Amino acid sequence: MDLQNLRALNAERQARRAALVMTDTASGAQQLVKAADVALHPQAEALEAFFRSGKSGPLEVDGQMRFVTVHNPPVRLVLIGAVHISQALAPMAAIAGLDVTVIDPRTAFASPERFPHVQVLAEWPDEALARQKLDAHTGVALLTHDPKIDDPALIAALRADCFYIGALGSRKTHAARRARMTAQGFDEAALARIHAPIGLDIGAVSPPEIAAAILGEIILALRKKPLRAEAAS
Amino acid sequence: MEDDVLQSAEVWRAAGRGVALATVVETWGSAPRPVGSQLAIDETGHFAGSVSGGCVEGEVVTQAMDVIADGKPRTLEFGVADETAWRVGLSCGGRIRIFVEKVA
Repeated sequence: MDLQNLRALNAERQARRAALVMTDTASGAQQLVKAADVALHPQAEALEAFFRSGKSGPLEVDGQMRFVTVHNPPVRLVLIGAVHISQALAPMAAIAGLDVTVIDPRTAFASPERFPHVQVLAEWPDEALARQKLDAHTGVALLTHDPKIDDPALIAALRADCFYIGALGSRKTHAARRARMTAQGFDEAALARIHAPIGLDIGAVSPPEIAAAILGEIILALRKKPLRAEAAS
Repeated sequence: MEDDVLQSAEVWRAAGRGVALATVVETWGSAPRPVGSQLAIDETGHFAGSVSGGCVEGEVVTQAMDVIADGKPRTLEFGVADETAWRVGLSCGGRIRIFVEKVA
């Protein structure tokens, strides 16, 4: 790969835009294709399928084999609540390759000092999520216990068909949450998508242990079945 | 952020070092890393990322030195059936093919 292509590819990845590299492994000749330009490409249909699946692999072009490396943006995880659990979960999720954003309107909680290396937004979730749209490649964990902060994010996550939605709180808290979401017009199928109590049942006690239980549940939702968007296509 | 292979490759190359990029292009059986997994290697033997569970990285780094030296891409194959398997085989029983190219 020449340095110019590598720079262009890294610029796309940093901007959360998909791109792929098509290589002739015999000669080393390469072509960088940005997702925005794929429609104009002679192999548009085949390359679009690569973007949809996110999986790298071989492609035959005019009787010759090429290898396609797909670089889709990493799966995003939005943490609502810059709380103690989030302080453990944010770096763990980042190590696992997730693109982490922490949102909390309480500026004393949502400080860069408490959350180095991840994006921190000291804003109300409905404002922050109006700019950073949720999608099927995004997971959301609600961790504040406070309906004023959690609920707007939960409504946005249910509407956006997020691949994972987890909500912290006891069964009693969750029953009250379900009642509020029912009043918002969400049906039983929508409510069933909320993981509550949050996290795999591994007997977690401390905030870092709860973070591990949540990360395990997120990975389970991500890997055990195809993303909802892919299953539909 | 995840250990970023392509970012490392760019930074090393921009610093004037010789750099190679290895990519898993085919797997058979139970391979440790999926197709598309990448490893960046610099001329001093530093590397980022992985193409196996650590089983063949050493050999890939060695071969990458030749790729950096002559600029010619190579495709390497590793597996239990290989002559080299006893030395750098995959204990899991899988086979992998790895494309190694120079970052020019």
